[in-house]
Amino acid sequence: MSSKNIILDRIRAALASGAESPEIPRDYRRGPAEVDLDLLVERLVDYKAVVHRLNPEKSGIEPVIGGGVEGSGPQAGVADARPLDGVEAEGAAGGGSGGERAASAGAAAVRAAIADILGAGTVVVPPGLPLEWLPDGVVGLVDDGLSAERIAAADGVVTAAAVAVVETGTIVLDASPDQGRRIISLLPDLHICVLRADQVVASVPEAVARLDPTRPLTWISGPSATSDIELNRVEGVHGPRNLHVILTG
Amino acid sequence: MSTFLGMPVHAPRGVGHLRGDESFPAAARTALGDSQLRRNLQHATTTIRGKSGRVIAELPDWQELRSAGSALKASTMARLPELLEQLEEKVTAAGGVVHWAADANEANQIVTDLVRATGSQRVIKVKSMATQEIGLNEALEAAGITPVETDLAELIVQLGNDKPSHILVPAIHRNRSEIREIFLRAMPGVDPKLTDDPPVLAGAARRYLRETFMSTTVAVSGANFAIADTGTLAVVESEGNGRMCLTLPETLITVMGIEKLVPTWQDLEVFLQLLPRASTGERMNPYTSMWTGVTPGDGPQNFHLVLLDNGRTAVLADEVGRQALHCIRCSACLNVCPVYERTGGHAYGSVYPGPIGAILSPQLTGVEDNASLPYASSLCGACFDACPVKIDIPSILVHLRNQAPHPRTEAAVMAAAAYTMDHPRLYRSAQRAAKLSRIAGRRGRGLPPPLNGWSASRDLPAPPKETFRDWWRNR
Ligand code: SF4
Repeated sequence: MSSKNIILDRIRAALASGAESPEIPRDYRRGPAEVDLDLLVERLVDYKAVVHRLNPEKSGIEPVIGGGVEGSGPQAGVADARPLDGVEAEGAAGGGSGGERAASAGAAAVRAAIADILGAGTVVVPPGLPLEWLPDGVVGLVDDGLSAERIAAADGVVTAAAVAVVETGTIVLDASPDQGRRIISLLPDLHICVLRADQVVASVPEAVARLDPTRPLTWISGPSATSDIELNRVEGVHGPRNLHVILTG
Repeated sequence: MSTFLGMPVHAPRGVGHLRGDESFPAAARTALGDSQLRRNLQHATTTIRGKSGRVIAELPDWQELRSAGSALKASTMARLPELLEQLEEKVTAAGGVVHWAADANEANQIVTDLVRATGSQRVIKVKSMATQEIGLNEALEAAGITPVETDLAELIVQLGNDKPSHILVPAIHRNRSEIREIFLRAMPGVDPKLTDDPPVLAGAARRYLRETFMSTTVAVSGANFAIADTGTLAVVESEGNGRMCLTLPETLITVMGIEKLVPTWQDLEVFLQLLPRASTGERMNPYTSMWTGVTPGDGPQNFHLVLLDNGRTAVLADEVGRQALHCIRCSACLNVCPVYERTGGHAYGSVYPGPIGAILSPQLTGVEDNASLPYASSLCGACFDACPVKIDIPSILVHLRNQAPHPRTEAAVMAAAAYTMDHPRLYRSAQRAAKLSRIAGRRGRGLPPPLNGWSASRDLPAPPKETFRDWWRNR
């Protein structure tokens, strides 16, 4: 008799005297509720993300400074400003929707925000990320199966996002072409995440409803942290210690 | 024959960490004498209660979420065979391999064989209660494989040659200066100028483990949730060590108790709200990873899921006690428990301490092997109120006390004690009298009536200077 059958038989024997399968009361809030972007920014900052809000009406960037553990990543300086490692600037290397977005007027503002955060350096980018987002001086290393060592050695990573949750200050990545493999947003010490306002939902149930569970999902709420020392939240363990969110539209 | 094989059995003796070396009162006496331990615990649990209370208060529908979580778990248990088979089918279809382990020995054998087959001498581990329960690290070591715990608290415990004392924060009994000393003593290559500033301590762990993450090809994890209708697994964490283990290696082996199931993807919306607020007191923990089988080109390309019984079916067979299987391991019941706060986790002898441990460990092992644990409570009910899935821990404690092999008089006395504790004025005066008896030097001689019958048959630890109730008022 296989262990599977043994276990299933044991369960059936255990339940033989009867077990109720109750109705699930779903009277908690399931949405849709109105999205409050100001609250999202507040929640992100509360967990030490740095938020750069691109306000289309004011046509400027409002950086909202949260934490950042060791400064805000590599600072501006005169670095080798090779343009994008030989990749054509207009084309995302893959992925459809990313390409369309790149054409949007927001690209210049995203570029300016990234220039503010990083100045110069090398960033890993997923194959579907619009390369127009990268400013001069920031070299994009397109992930076409890069080794872990090369990813870890980069100054940062730039990704898009799938969904964000206001109530919890959470961003979810779903490994779409503009977000890439899970490894690229994990090893560099700086993660710049570009989020569109239409990707933001009010609550966790709305986020779950939007996501595809068959994709690898990473829910991110602030930079890497631990509560293991006297139960206080301390930022900066194994994941990126600096999380910058660029909120567009 | 199959009827015999198919009867629920308890977790086997001689393997794993569900049984302590001494009874709760004996172990608690040692802990109660350690004032540094008590200060550390009090500081940590006070912090977490405050944080958790604040973020729970932000949700207007917390009680509705608790009710949904409770019903979902009950419904999962009632449909367990069907849901487990559905999970197996979905995981297999997505490229994973599912194994079934009737007990700790079988699970350890399966994991050891899988690691051996990869040729790796080392595995990286994400904190997992199930693998601690079965003693997987010892089994791997016996096979010449080095398990590396990557969770900061587990690392503190491992480097300090210590035992975990809390299900969420296993090193809760250590304060920052003790952690600094452990790192200085046992962490290879540590900066001798290390301070006890928490970010500095976290940074030391980051540097220490980086190379191990980058070079180890096999990881072992637990799972917080497994979704039957999609085959998706979820690990909830803070530090990113989980993401490292779930993303970098070529092979991932996940060991999961059969009770961790959630019926549908949608149901996760309930537990993802309950767990972080009840456990670390955050609106959301920093990282949650979800994966379904194998994703070509992204993450481990070999995925094994080990489904573990190890006494869980015996728990399920008890109509009152089976609620203990609803536990989502948030640790809220530990953090509010006046007994836990004074004794710490080690006194419970099992990897599952605190109120949940007091009801889960005896049921997994059979009450005779953990007979004192159902008494490790004042039945104050704080755990029931704190539990995000509304497990009625006090009722299960009383139920198990009736099964514990103690003199019949004890059951009667406990009923009187329960009555007294339900009636604050009587309880207060009984406890104050106990305190006086301590001052009078009648250590170990017994409690005043009506609690005295119980303590006559059990060697009670000396009553602490402050009673639970004094503490509760002053906290
Ligand atoms: S019994 Fe409830 S409160 Fe205790 S750890 Fe489990 S889920 Fe949390």
